[in-house]
Amino acid sequence: MAVSLSIFIGFLIATAFLIHPFGYPPSEMDDYIIENAQSETGANNAVTSVVFDYRGFDTLGEATILFAAVTGVVMLFRRKKLSRIKP
Amino acid sequence: MSKIVRTMASLLILFALIYGVYIIMHGHLTPGGGFQGGAVFASGVALLIVAFGSEIVHKSLKEHHLSILESSGALIFIGLAFGGLAIVFFYNFLVGSSIFGHIPPSGPNPGDIWTAGVIPFMNIAVGLKVLAGLSAILLVMALATTLMEVEE
Repeated sequence: MAVSLSIFIGFLIATAFLIHPFGYPPSEMDDYIIENAQSETGANNAVTSVVFDYRGFDTLGEATILFAAVTGVVMLFRRKKLSRIKP
Repeated sequence: MSKIVRTMASLLILFALIYGVYIIMHGHLTPGGGFQGGAVFASGVALLIVAFGSEIVHKSLKEHHLSILESSGALIFIGLAFGGLAIVFFYNFLVGSSIFGHIPPSGPNPGDIWTAGVIPFMNIAVGLKVLAGLSAILLVMALATTLMEVEE
């Protein structure tokens, strides 16, 4: 446990020093999306084209989280269980 | 709540629900989308619950119907994602076709609603999912609190 924890923390510190400085290699991704989002996805709203097209997999994860949350809340507040508590 | 609140809520609920559906339907043209529009729609349901009480809302809005709606939204979303599997997962396979297939000119333009391929369908699916999910959460929590008040 201690060994794995120290390896993990050492890995985090090493990565924090190895990471490139903020904004140093200018990202090509945003320029690409601004240039090509309208012609590739046809959506005028570039944010929606990122959310539902370029990064659709992340949206799938987001939807899964919402689904799990709703399932948990509905299961927690079942009505039958509440009316059966009555002593 | 009082009669004033109930009257104003029954007037304003129309605008709240229509605004939510508008944000969902225009997600590919204006700021917003499925999540935001679903949240606006669910806030309309919250207005109803506050004004009329959860028991009266529950007569016409059951939580198992909402959960069916939510699951169908999730299934439509994943089905659309699998629809582009011939090229890659989440491929926008409707761009250039006859359904929502127009491509707008580059740069700022008003655009038309008949664009963006599968993105409007995904907006509708996610909006259905979010409005049903958040409404179910609100309704179930409000019902639980009223039941607890009755029992104590």
